[in-house]
Amino acid sequence: MAIQAFAAALVLAAAAYLVFNTLANLEARRIASGFAFLWREAGFEIGESAFAYGAADSYLRALAVGLANTFKVSLPGIAFATVLGTAIGLFRLSGNSLLKNLSSGYVEFIRNVPLLVQLFFWYALITEALPAPREALKPLPGVFLTNRGLFFPTFAGVPELQGFNFAGGGALSPEFAALLIGLSIYTAAFIAEIVRAGVASVPSGQWEAARALGLRQQHVLRHVVAPQALRVIVPPLTSQYLNLVKNSSLAVAIGYPDLVSIANTTINQTGQAIEGVAIIMAVYLTISLAIAALMNWYNARLR
Amino acid sequence: MKRALNAALFLLILFLGWRFLDWALVRAVWQPDPQACRAASGACWGFIVEKHRLIAFGTYPYEEHWRPGLASLLLIALWVLTALRQRWWVVAAWAAGLVVIGILMWGGVLGLPYVENERWGGLILTLLLTTFGLAIAFPLSICLALGRRSELPVIRAVCVAYIELIRGVPLISVLFMASVMLPLFLPAGVSIDKLLRAQLALILFAAAYLAEAVRGGLQAIPKHQYEAADALGLGYFQKTFLIVLPQALRIAVPPLVGTCIGFFKDTSLVLIIGLFDLLSTIKVSLNDPAWTGFGVEAYLFAAAVYFIFCYSMSLYSRRLEASAGRSLP
Repeated sequence: MAIQAFAAALVLAAAAYLVFNTLANLEARRIASGFAFLWREAGFEIGESAFAYGAADSYLRALAVGLANTFKVSLPGIAFATVLGTAIGLFRLSGNSLLKNLSSGYVEFIRNVPLLVQLFFWYALITEALPAPREALKPLPGVFLTNRGLFFPTFAGVPELQGFNFAGGGALSPEFAALLIGLSIYTAAFIAEIVRAGVASVPSGQWEAARALGLRQQHVLRHVVAPQALRVIVPPLTSQYLNLVKNSSLAVAIGYPDLVSIANTTINQTGQAIEGVAIIMAVYLTISLAIAALMNWYNARLR
Repeated sequence: MKRALNAALFLLILFLGWRFLDWALVRAVWQPDPQACRAASGACWGFIVEKHRLIAFGTYPYEEHWRPGLASLLLIALWVLTALRQRWWVVAAWAAGLVVIGILMWGGVLGLPYVENERWGGLILTLLLTTFGLAIAFPLSICLALGRRSELPVIRAVCVAYIELIRGVPLISVLFMASVMLPLFLPAGVSIDKLLRAQLALILFAAAYLAEAVRGGLQAIPKHQYEAADALGLGYFQKTFLIVLPQALRIAVPPLVGTCIGFFKDTSLVLIIGLFDLLSTIKVSLNDPAWTGFGVEAYLFAAAVYFIFCYSMSLYSRRLEASAGRSLP
C-alpha cells in the first residue's frame, strides 16, 4: 500500500511539475491555451480535400479535411494490403517453388526496408519516371498515367488535356498514389506472414480428412482450413490494420495533407503545440480503440 | 495447364528481371557527371559516387570525416561482438567503446577540434540513435513489463496506461511532442537540444514496444516457477531478478530482436523533425540543382543500406530461434 501511494504521489508530482512549468512558459510566450483557435480562420490552402474547403475556413474544418484524407488513404490501403497479403501468404505455402521463392523474397525485402524509404521511392518513381501530361502513358483507353498523377474516367466525365494538365474525370494525386501504394505493399508483407502462420497452424490431419471426404481443393480451403486459420489470423491482423492507419501519418513527409500534416501546419501557424499534439493523439487513440473493438467483435463471432 | 502457367510466370519474371538489370547495370552511368547521367537511359549511380561523403557523414566538417567513419565502424563492431559473445567483458568493451566514440565525435581533446552535435549526421546518427534508444529503453521496458504484471493496482494502471497510450499513437506524434511540446515542459532557462529531444522521444516509444516483448516472455514462465521461488522464501526482488527474469528474457529474445529491427527502421522518422540521419542526408543530397531528378537511384541506395543492416539482424534472430528450439525439450 505504501509503495502504491508513493508511486501515485511520484506520478502526480511529476505531472504537476510539468503542468506548472508549461503554464509559466505559455504565460511568458503569451500563448493562450485552450481550443478556441479551432474556430479562427486557417488561412492556408489544402491540395486535396474530400469536401469543400478554402483558406477562409476555420482550423477545425482544415483538421476535418485532414482526418477525411487519412481515412481516404487508410481504408483502400487496408483493402489492398489484405488482398495482396493473403495472396502472397498463400503463395508462400504453395507447392510451386517459383511462386514460393518469389513471395519469400518479397516479404524479406519489404519488411527489412523502412516504410519512409519506400514512400520516398514510390513518390520519386511517380514524379520522375512517369512522363509529363503531354506525353502521358495510356495503359487503358481514357486512363492517363503522368507525373502529375493518375487520371481516369468517371460517370461525371472523362479526363482531357487542358493546358499543362488533365481536367475532368477522376484524379489521384502523386502524393496519394505514392502513399497508397507504399502502405499497401509494406503492410501486405506483414499480413502475408500472418496468413502463412495462420494456415500453417491448421494440422495437416484436417487437410487430409477433408480430402478423404472427397472435397475439392477450394472447398477444403473455404470450409475446413479458413475457419480454423482465421481464429489464429484475426488478432495479429488487427494490429496490422492499426499499424497501417498509424503509418499513414508518414504522409507528412511526402506532402499528402493527412491529419498529422494539417495539425503540423496548424501548430506552426498558431503555436498551439499542446493542443495540436493532443488532437493528433486523441484521434489516433480513438481510431485504434474503434478498430480493436470492431475486430474483437468479429473475433468473438468466429468462435 | 499448370506447367504453361508456370512457364509464363517464369518468362515474365525473367523479362522484368532483365529489364531491371539492364537499367541498373548495363546502361547505368557510374562516373559522377550529371550531363552523362541525363544523356543515358540507365540508372545514374554517379550521383551516389558524387554525394557519398554527404550521405555518409552529413554536415560534419569535411577534413574530420574519418572520425564519424571510425566511430560508425566501432559501433557496428560492438554490436557484432554483443551478438556473438555474451560475456561480462562485452559490457566493459561497450563502456570503453562509447568513451572512444564520444571522444571521436565531439573532439575537443587530444588535438581533435571540437564538433558540436548539431553538425553530426548520416550513418553515425542513425546508429547512435538506435544504440542509445535501445540501451536506455530496455531497462525501462523491463520495469514497465513487471509493472504491468504487478499485483498493485495503481502501478499496474500507470504502466498499462503508458504502454497503451504510446502504442496507440503514431511515432510521429511522439516525435512532435518531443520537438514542440518538450520545450514548454521545462523550467525557464533550461533547454535541451534537438538531438537529445528526438532521442528522448525514441526512448519513450521503444520502451513501450520492448515492454510488450518482455511481457510475452514473462507470461511464458510457468506458474510453478513463481510458487517454487515463494516456497524457498524468496522476496519479490530476489524472485524476479534471480528466477523469473533470467528465464523470461531468454524466451523473449526473438521478439526483442524483432522489435529492435523495427526500431532501427523507425529512427528514419527523425527526418520529419529535421535531424540529419542517414535517410535525411540522402534526401538533402537530392536538393543540389545540378543533380535533381535522381530520387529513384538515391532511395534504392537507401533501401539497400537499410536492408543490409535489418536483414543481418533478422538472420541473427532466426539463428537464435533455431538454437533455442534445439535446447528446449
